[in-house]
Formats: sequence, C-alpha cells, structure tokens
Amino acid sequence: MLPKQEVVAMLLAGGQGSRLGVLTKNLAKPAVPFGGKYRIIDFPLSNCVNSGIECVGVLTQYQPLELNEYIGNGQPWDLDSVNAGVRVLPPYQRSRKSDWYKGTANAIYQNIPYIERYDPEYVIVLSGDHIYKMDYSKMIAFHKEKKADCTIAEIEVPMEDAPRFGILNTNPDGSVYEFDEKPKHPKSNQASMGIYVFTWSKLRKYLEADEANSKSSNDFGKDVLPAMLNAGERMFAYRFEGYWKDVGTIDSLWESNMDLLNPKVPLDLNENSWKIYCRNPVMPPHYISREAKVQNSLVAEGSNVYGTIDFAVLFSGVTIEPGAVVRDSIIMPNTRVEAGAVIQYAIIAEDCVIGKQAVIGARPENTADKSTWGVSVVGNGCTIPPGAKIPPKAMIDADQLKEAGDYARE
Amino acid sequence: MRGNNVLGMIFSSVHEEKIRKLTENRTMGSVPFGGRYCLIDFPLSNMVNSGISKVGVVTKGNYQSLMDHLGSGKAWNLSRKREGLFLLPPFGVESGVANSRIESLSSARSFLLNSKEEYVLLTDSDTICNIDYSDVLANHLKNSADITIVCRTGKLPDSISNPAVYSVGEDGRIQDMLISPRIDGECTYGIGMMLIRRELLMRLIADCVSRNLYSFKRDFLQRNLSGYRVFAYEFEGFVQTICSEQAYFSASMALLQPEVRLQLFKPSRPIYTKVRDDMPARYGLGASVSNSLVADGCVIEGEVKNSILFRGVHIGEGTVAENCVILQDTEIRRDCRLNYVITDKDVVIQNGRSLLGAESYPVSIAKGSLV
Repeated sequence: MLPKQEVVAMLLAGGQGSRLGVLTKNLAKPAVPFGGKYRIIDFPLSNCVNSGIECVGVLTQYQPLELNEYIGNGQPWDLDSVNAGVRVLPPYQRSRKSDWYKGTANAIYQNIPYIERYDPEYVIVLSGDHIYKMDYSKMIAFHKEKKADCTIAEIEVPMEDAPRFGILNTNPDGSVYEFDEKPKHPKSNQASMGIYVFTWSKLRKYLEADEANSKSSNDFGKDVLPAMLNAGERMFAYRFEGYWKDVGTIDSLWESNMDLLNPKVPLDLNENSWKIYCRNPVMPPHYISREAKVQNSLVAEGSNVYGTIDFAVLFSGVTIEPGAVVRDSIIMPNTRVEAGAVIQYAIIAEDCVIGKQAVIGARPENTADKSTWGVSVVGNGCTIPPGAKIPPKAMIDADQLKEAGDYARE
Repeated sequence: MRGNNVLGMIFSSVHEEKIRKLTENRTMGSVPFGGRYCLIDFPLSNMVNSGISKVGVVTKGNYQSLMDHLGSGKAWNLSRKREGLFLLPPFGVESGVANSRIESLSSARSFLLNSKEEYVLLTDSDTICNIDYSDVLANHLKNSADITIVCRTGKLPDSISNPAVYSVGEDGRIQDMLISPRIDGECTYGIGMMLIRRELLMRLIADCVSRNLYSFKRDFLQRNLSGYRVFAYEFEGFVQTICSEQAYFSASMALLQPEVRLQLFKPSRPIYTKVRDDMPARYGLGASVSNSLVADGCVIEGEVKNSILFRGVHIGEGTVAENCVILQDTEIRRDCRLNYVITDKDVVIQNGRSLLGAESYPVSIAKGSLV
C-alpha cells in the first residue's frame, strides 16, 4: 500500500484538439509548444508542483507518443518522487469490457484503481489546454472551508464572450444553483475554467452511477456535474483572478503567445516563486547578429537571428536569415526562415524551412476582404519553396506541399 | 552505446590565481562561461559525449559552488547506478589538504583502485574545446602508447602557467619536454589533457610519493619521458585556455564568431549544463541588440552590443552596454554606460552609472556588488 496522498490530480490530456488543425495532426494538444520553450502541459504540471500536489495522473489517448516522451519520469517538474509523482494513464485492455476513454468522466472512472492506491480525500480534475498560473492549494482550502462536495473554479469573462463558456450561476454564498453550458442568453459572466475539486468519496459514487447510466455521454460538464447539482450536493464556485486562457483554437493560441510580449498582461513567467518548469533543450544562448533588429519579442536559447523580428516568439534552434522579417508570429523549434522571407500573423510549427523570399500571412490592415483574413499556419516539417506565397488563414500540411508549390506558380 | 573502458578525472581547481576575481568564491571548474555554462561543463560533456560513463571530479577548496552546479550529475547523464559522477574532495591523511596533483591523485587511490576501466583520462578544467576523446583513445591504442598527451601547435599563449612544451618526432612520439621555456615562434604545447593506463598511473604516482616528488610535470612526466612510450595527440579544433582575465574576456568574445560556436556547440556533441527553468529572453519596445549572445531569462529594454549576457540579466531602458560579459542575474538599471566590463553574478548597477574599461584591461565587478 502506498502512502496516503491527501490530493490526487487528474490531468485530462487525451483530447485531439481538432481545432488546432495541422498543429495537432501528430501531436496531442497538451504537447503543443507554447511561449518560446514550453508546452501547454507545463502549466498545469508546474501549477501542481508549486501547489504542493505530488501525485498527478495524466490521462492520454490521442497521439500520445510525443506527450509520453515529454513527460517521461517527470523529473523536470520534480515529479519523479519515490512514492507518487506523475503517471501517464492511457486506456488499457482488461479481462472484460475494455474501452477507449468515452468522455472526461469515463476517463477518471477507468482509473479509479489508480486513485484508490493513494486513498485521497480530494481529487482535482484539470485540463491540459489552458495557460494560467494558479495555486490549487488555495482552491482546496476553500473547498474544505465550505465543506463542499465539489468546487468549480470560475473566472469573470466579458459578457459578450459568455455564450462560449460553461456559465455558473451562484447564490450570494457562492454556492452554485445552475450550470449553464454555452447559454445563448447568459445570466452571468462567471465562466467555468474546467478545474474541479471533488471530495473523492462523493465523486466515486457519481462516477459509478454515471457509468451505469447507458444514456450518459460520460462527460463532467454535461453529465456528472448536473447530476450532482440535481441531487442537492454542496457545489461551490471558486473565484480565480489572474491570467487564464483556453488555447484550444489557432486564434487563442496565437493571442496567448502574443500576451507574453505585452507587459500589461499579468502572466510573468520569470517569477521565481512560481516557475513554469519544462524539459530544457541543450543549446547555447541565442545569437543576435550585427544586422539583426529585435524588438518586443521572446527568443529562446539556440536561436540565431540575422533578420528583423518584431512581436515574435522564437523557440529554440530557430534561424532567421539576413533580410528575413518576422512580425506578429510564432516560430516553433528548429525552423529556418531563409533570407528575404516575410512572415506576418502566422504560426510556423517545428522543423520547417521557409524558402527565400517566401511570403506567409498578411497584416489584417493590408487585406481587402477582412472575412478571409486570419492567422496562417504551417504544419510540422513543411518546406515552403522559395518565393511561395501563403495567404492569410491558410493551413499548410506537409502532405499538401504540392499545393504550396501551386501557390508559388500563381 | 556507452562505455569505452576509460575513466575520466577532472581537476576542478587549477590555476585559480590567474583569474583571482572570478575564483574568489569558486573553483576554476565553476567559473561561469558563455552565457549559461561553467567551465567544467566542457570537459564533463566532452567525456560523456565520448562514451565515458564514470567521472571523478577532484576538488581542493571553495568547492561549494561546484557541488551546487554538479548536483547528482543528472544534467550530464551521470546520475547512474553503475558508474556516474564522483566528487573527490581533499582526503588528506598525511599532508593535510592536497597541494599538488600528485597528492590529489594519491589520495584518490581508492577511487582509482576500485574502478574497472583500463585507461584514465586526466583533464584540467580551464580549457574550452569540443574534443572527441574516443579519437585520442584510438590513437593511444594505435601507437601502443603508455601515455598520450593532447597538444596543440602554435604560438604559446602569453599567460599560460608553467607551459609544457614538447618536441615531437615524426611518429608522434614525444622526444623531449621543456617546462616554461623561452620560445618566440611556434611550438607544440600541452592543453591539460592526458590519457594513461590506470594501473600505470597508480604505479607512477606511488613511485613519486615514495621518493617525495610532488611536481606533476617535472617528476611525473619529465622524469618518465624516456622510460615510457609517450605520444602527442594534436587537437586542431577551437581551443581557449582561460589563463588570465584577458584570456577569459577574449574567449568569451570569441563565441560571437559563428564558426567558433559551430565548433564548440555541435548539435551532435552538445555541451550540457545545469538547467534553470528561466523563460526565454524578452526584448522590450526600443531594445536594440547587435552581435551578442543572450541566455534565457534576460529582459532587455536598452542597447547591447558585442556582449555576452548570462541567464536572468536585466538591461534597463536607456542603458548602453558594449563589449561586456554580464554574469547571471546582474541588473543594470536605466541610463547606464558600460564598455569593456565583466560583472560577476548578482551585481546591481544603479541608474546613470558609467563604467569604462579597455580591451586589454576589462573592468571586473565582484559578485553581489552594488555600483
């Protein structure tokens, strides 16, 4: 029997993240690179460690190879401890009734044996696609203080965005009386952040009941939380203040990266008391040449900049050749931007080559038809031929490079 | 595949008197270099990249920072069940703290005795290069050598201490060895690395000790030159020995040349170091940087030219730093002027200060100073 853990964290990292298109073609969403050296999953993992949670289960399903390799034994996050630490939990075959994870609640249900080994009082359920720094221990303290069965973290969003979120309607004491999934006419702007603290004995009961219900879609937001609410369990909303962003779409991923360049945005990754840990590349410091111009940017180690960058996020091992211009864009690891290429409002994934004089993306103000404008995306391992033109909002897949050649001929 | 029958030994305390300011609180091996490294990262990574999986680090004094840097050896893949990293602090039985290399090796006798590797590679920690020791071993075996000394041919660096200069025959065998000779032209000199059979090393050390001979170069090498097959291995890649403050400065500045970085930081033979989990460097509005090497965690709002910035350095608005080596976590506030300055870790330079050195004499600011 393993030593008891008061809290076990379960991190939902199995989603495909289809809205990220080519970026998640061969990669689970939580493993998508973010912010110059991180991957999205570094945020919840670092939050766990910084909050004193020593036991984290990562539920994987979609394209897990790179994610598994990245998490490894958890050492970069200090999660390689003897008795607890991080465990990757894929769906598995059992003597009868084997299944993929059918929904978020089912994923936890299938791993009840993992949780029970630690005999926890509380289980915190996290998602692997949010960028934020949060002290979960405060939320757990709130959960205890309210003697709650379930506590849901919520954040205030602009009223016009509220219909995109799950909205919590609360009584004056903070208890939740209604859970409104993507309402057309929201009654409040308190959005659920997809972070739940449960008293484990209660959650276990509801997971088993949910599994027995053949009509259920086995999802927390749609099934388990409403069931708990209907049964009159004590459910509270915990207000989070600070930076939080769901990076499930190309636009929000791009925006969140750009937020790192804005000194007014309250997301300081240099804060010593709340570091975001990651697997560090083994590379020398980056080099900025004589002719380079670098402003308002984030540049990781191992890059070489000979061109101009402004509002750019460069990951490790990126090369920007002389005369190349990168503006308002994200360039992921080991990509080379050749001389004279111009990249604007784009996300270029890992290991790409952007040929000489190629033009990728465009500024919104230079696009006649605003409805066709958007962030351009170049997928992993693409070689964009010299002089090619990739229009705004295009999504280039290595397998479709023939098409890129067609753009070049136009 | 790992393991090549060679044991590594690194001497972390060498020639510290040559760069007093930087070694006041640390050993030569833990002197910061190149934006994110310590000097010992180079010999250590070279060994690991050459397949050596057991390394002893011999220390003398002030090795707290070295231990902090090395930890369990995880960053170099040397935290292992079998083999791995061994710290060999002073083990004085007869003579107190070991003063000479002979004494250090003599006190590390049990480490040598309990190792099973056939050969030992001994290196200093003040030489910066990216060398494949398996090539040195292949040469050693080809020559049926007893000792192979890694050498370089060229003009002797001015301030190198007690250089060993060798006369090398056409077959590569060393015929004569001079210590600190007067030489004007080119010569073949040692760069502080040698390969020797473990059993022979222990025998020769015991022999020196029994005769009360304690000079490694004179008594260990010179005296045995004729009795053993001693060969030279010429290393032709980039090498810099940190033998003076000026040499430290020029070795740092050499990193700004792309061809030097290509030789030193080969992706296939990376230089490992302790990680720090800083965010990537952030450039603010109005930042202007040219010909500089910048590590993670830096925040740059001013102007930087021809400089090396270590991790976590802050350059304030309106500040101009040229030809500087700015060590970890130094904060240079607004409107400062710096030219030819080396600041140690955790220095704070207040608004509006001017510090001007010269290429031949960079100004050094001690660790933790407030200017």
